[in-house]
Amino acid sequence: MDFGALLLTLVTFAPLLGAAALLLVKPEQKNALRWVALITALVTFGISLGLLAIFNPADAIRIDLPWLSVAGWNVHYHLALDGLSILLVLLTTLLTPLAILSTWTSVEDRVRQFMAFFLMLETGMLGVFLAQDLFLFYIFWEFTLVPMYFLIGIWGGERRIYAAVKFFLYTMAGSVLMLVALLWLGTQYNTFSLPELIAQRANIPPQAQTWLFLAFALAFAIKVPMWPLHTWLPDAHVEAPTAGSVILAGVLLKMGTYGFLRFNLTLFPQASWEFSPWMALLAIIGILYGALVSYAQTDAKKLVAYSSVSHLGFVMLGLFALNQQGIQGALLQMINHGLSTGALFLMVGMLYERRHTRALDAFGGLWKVIPVFGTLLLIVSLSSVGLPGLNGFIGEFTILLGAAGSDALGNAWNQIVTALGVSFIPMRSAGGLWFAGFAALGVIFAAAYLLQMYQKICLGALKAENQNLKDLSWREIITLLPLLVLIFWIGLYPKPFIDLIAPAINQMLGY
Amino acid sequence: MTTETLIWLLPLPPLAAFALIVLFTNRSKALSHSIAVAAALLSWLGSMAVFIQAIGVEHLGEHPFHSVLEWLPVGDKPFEIGVLVDPLSAVTLFFVGWTVLMIFIYSVGYHNFGQPAGDHDHPGLPPHGATVHGHTVPSVEPMYSRFFAFIALFAFGMYTLVVSDNLLTLFVGWEIMGLCSYLLIGFWFAKPSARAAAIKAFMTTRVGDVFMLMGVAYLYAATGTLSFREIFFNEEVLKHLAETPALGGFLGFSAAGLIGVLLFIGTIGKSAQWPLHVWLPDAMEGPTPVSAMIHAATMVSAGVYMVIRMFPLLSAGWEEGGPLTPAMTAMAFIGALTALFAATIALAQNDIKRVLAYSTISQLGYMIAALGIGAYVAAAFHLVTHAFFKALLFLGSGSVIHGVEHGVLHTGNHKVDPQDMFNMGGLRKKMPVTFWTFLIGGFALSGFPFVTAGFWSKDEILADAFANNLPVFLVLALSALLTAFYTMRQITLTFLGEPRTKEAAHAQETPWTMTLPLVVLSVFAIGYGWVGIPEGLTGGAIPNWFHEFVAGTLPEHLPVLEFNILPMLFSIVIALTGLGCGYYVYRNVKAGDPDPLQKPLGMVYDWLKNKYYFDQLYDRIFIQPSIWVSEVFTTLWVDRGLIDGILHGVARISYSVGGILRNDFDLPVINQFIGDGSAKVVRSAGFELRKVQTGRIQQYMVAAVVFAVGALAFFLLR
Repeated sequence: MDFGALLLTLVTFAPLLGAAALLLVKPEQKNALRWVALITALVTFGISLGLLAIFNPADAIRIDLPWLSVAGWNVHYHLALDGLSILLVLLTTLLTPLAILSTWTSVEDRVRQFMAFFLMLETGMLGVFLAQDLFLFYIFWEFTLVPMYFLIGIWGGERRIYAAVKFFLYTMAGSVLMLVALLWLGTQYNTFSLPELIAQRANIPPQAQTWLFLAFALAFAIKVPMWPLHTWLPDAHVEAPTAGSVILAGVLLKMGTYGFLRFNLTLFPQASWEFSPWMALLAIIGILYGALVSYAQTDAKKLVAYSSVSHLGFVMLGLFALNQQGIQGALLQMINHGLSTGALFLMVGMLYERRHTRALDAFGGLWKVIPVFGTLLLIVSLSSVGLPGLNGFIGEFTILLGAAGSDALGNAWNQIVTALGVSFIPMRSAGGLWFAGFAALGVIFAAAYLLQMYQKICLGALKAENQNLKDLSWREIITLLPLLVLIFWIGLYPKPFIDLIAPAINQMLGY
Repeated sequence: MTTETLIWLLPLPPLAAFALIVLFTNRSKALSHSIAVAAALLSWLGSMAVFIQAIGVEHLGEHPFHSVLEWLPVGDKPFEIGVLVDPLSAVTLFFVGWTVLMIFIYSVGYHNFGQPAGDHDHPGLPPHGATVHGHTVPSVEPMYSRFFAFIALFAFGMYTLVVSDNLLTLFVGWEIMGLCSYLLIGFWFAKPSARAAAIKAFMTTRVGDVFMLMGVAYLYAATGTLSFREIFFNEEVLKHLAETPALGGFLGFSAAGLIGVLLFIGTIGKSAQWPLHVWLPDAMEGPTPVSAMIHAATMVSAGVYMVIRMFPLLSAGWEEGGPLTPAMTAMAFIGALTALFAATIALAQNDIKRVLAYSTISQLGYMIAALGIGAYVAAAFHLVTHAFFKALLFLGSGSVIHGVEHGVLHTGNHKVDPQDMFNMGGLRKKMPVTFWTFLIGGFALSGFPFVTAGFWSKDEILADAFANNLPVFLVLALSALLTAFYTMRQITLTFLGEPRTKEAAHAQETPWTMTLPLVVLSVFAIGYGWVGIPEGLTGGAIPNWFHEFVAGTLPEHLPVLEFNILPMLFSIVIALTGLGCGYYVYRNVKAGDPDPLQKPLGMVYDWLKNKYYFDQLYDRIFIQPSIWVSEVFTTLWVDRGLIDGILHGVARISYSVGGILRNDFDLPVINQFIGDGSAKVVRSAGFELRKVQTGRIQQYMVAAVVFAVGALAFFLLR
């Protein structure tokens, strides 16, 4: 086993080891527990940086060992780090320690279990992004459900049971068909290995492709979540503790979009092409719908939650543009969304810790009393709005370019126009631009709801009960700092990030 | 250092100033403004150096200063960003450098630097004055440093926009300015009106921006580049764009036509053209230097700059004298309409800054209309002169307000609105420098013949319209008449006659930091016109340097318009008539008198006063319905009602099915035979987590596995 393979295993299971180490600490020693968890997460982050250092964008770091061989099913322990997964792995290992840092004073109850679940969750997420064996992927996929379920269910808000159950059932229901589909693939082609299946994808009959595509798509679409399968998300977010929301929005949702990219697009290219306009349509509905609902929210966290529906609509649109720009933009936007929405949730959490409410009406004029908070919230909100110079713009712009120039979408548009026989709306070519155009409306709406949120929290008249709020502590600033640095870095000089992911995407598209 | 390096460096000092002030010096007012002014000075120096180099280069249009850097790898071809200084950006740099520097210096005095802190001042509200030895004196702005940080960031955005060699970085600068505009309009954020105005400005311009972004995306999709030179200096590309039907012939547009219209919508938002003009008057809620810099000299001009920059694309397929392209038609129509429409509203405004705001909208309409009829150089010329004289007027109005505020502090009567011109009068004696410079600015705006810059630039537009497009000429001429009229109304009400209030009688001239910029800007408000005097008038004795130089920006040389004395006579008559009438009507307004126009105009006056009710209309047809769709339709009906309703329905059905299974199958069958023993083990293991167990999860997991196995069996055995 070479060094890279060793690191892969280490990065995946280090959090689990940390979770085990927590058992050695007494439950009363809360600070010790926090430190163990934080150090574990930081070590994991360090290992992922090590992986980045030896990473070659043109080639994957891989480990592939036979694991289970039951009833003709050959399940392998097969992990790989390539251009499609590297940024998401780094995002996961970065957000976890930050989320742990954010719980320092907000989680006082059952710290040991909390940290254990949190680290288990990290292993699950990393496994999802790294697994190259369908069965192994499924195990990790389902594994992430359990700790998240408990994080919401135990440390959540008032309606935590409702939210936790809704989250669990929804995701569970979605993944059942995926399980069927991957078992079918595994038995039919005698392997669960993703690269081997991709090599054989031409042998999958078209009709089977369609069904398999849909089975996988359902699981992923719920996770993303795509409209109209999104209603579990706001409930889960509102009830989840801050750290849970950060990971949920920052990483867990990306498992859905990543799933589309890793499995649907690579295994079923024909079906992807056929379904692309429908997926793009749902994505656009999600963009506009999420934004509209977001605008109506009076709870800051719910507002950010719905904004995720809108933002992930952009990611889906980029993916199903099925071209280089669209997918590059989508992958980058997954990271951007993780950074800015993660930061937004952290900041709403900081507000909640101070005032024990997230109702927008409870605030106003905070820029005056807590200027550092006000400034940082402005930057983070603008990053989410997609202001040029910050990360969100690069992602959205690339996605819009991809959608505007998409053959898949343009072709579908032609077919629709031809089928309808509408000659009075002569818009046959460049149909992708229509998709991009509607999506761009979401950019206007994004400014509306985020600025409204900002205005209600930070501008206007100050209420008496907010007069003595404390500004951000050093710990809180340190929590936000890495995210801010990346928000600017990607916004100002995105080249290094694109260079990491571009070769893998080209390879995937067969360039 | 090469000129290219220098150009790269131009936007950086203000950015560094922004960072330094925010991070380190925000507690020291003197240090903060010194850093900001020094940064503006550095950028100004650099701009002048570049400008001087640029005018020394022969055929700068063909050999501009240009340098690129790889930035965002998109697709096969990496996205390059770069800097470019050609004649158009050179003259723009010139006026941007001057106005920005002057406004930075002015801000020091405007925010009462050196005065004591206010008795009851709060960050987020304008200063209310401090008591010293029993007298009330102006107090220093509580967020002084923050103001300089924001305007420095703004200057960075503007310089970035001007030196960009491509639409993408231009758009970046464009949006950074939009952000600063938002922050600075809402600078006194505790005032609800300022807060609302800030959001209105951001959202309205954002509507335009999104269309512009679509234009950018389409242009990129069609040509694979956003670099100005690669598009404009490539005849094949332009020809191709002009001949390809857009989206297969959408509304009969060519690709170039559609892209042009989309980009122009961006300008409509940024330069506050009808129908997206509503944000600019409200933007006057911001401090006056902001109104001068952002909402007169630079940002709103950037909208016009962009369309001038994109002219080769907007006019692709157009030939001198031929039919206009769709984008040009749109510009001619909207520009002329806006010029007249805003000028009429300005007639009935009493707030000294709002008059100027509408006047700005109107003058920007002039430039747009000029470009629409193909008067490329005239549009650029008016852009430059207008930046000078309008910044001068805004700064002058700020000085006036400041002076009257002084009077307000003196009398202690805070009910007197220091911005209402009907509360002024006779200020010429109290504030001589402000008066004379304001007079120069106002005359330039009215196009007072021969001495003012505004005369020459406006005349060039009118002459072009006279020769090429008579309807546009008539509309613009009428607007020019109104402009002269309301400008003289403003000057008369503010400075002439006798003071109408005690406050005006106690007004005071402002400090040198405020009057010096006025003097400098008034030099340009006069002198800058002389570089663009039509050669036909002087018989070539004075060369029309501006036309010569700026026309070189375009790959094809525009012919100089043949000189015609008729439109020039028109402009002279118009300006003098307007000025004369303005003085005549308003010369005798006494305290408490209504506007002399109110009676003769009747209903129309109410319409004008209320800006044709556009705010109310937009509220009714856009804002209220959007809020309804958002709050009621999507959130309540679809999200919570329909989607969650279905979910809960499904849950209820499965729950009752589960109940039946449990009561009629689980309990009697399973529990009787299997289970109780093993259940105990499970129960103790799950003790910790018991509180969250609902019992349903296990059922569903079992159901999921059963379902999966069943489905798999179905597929395999089929």
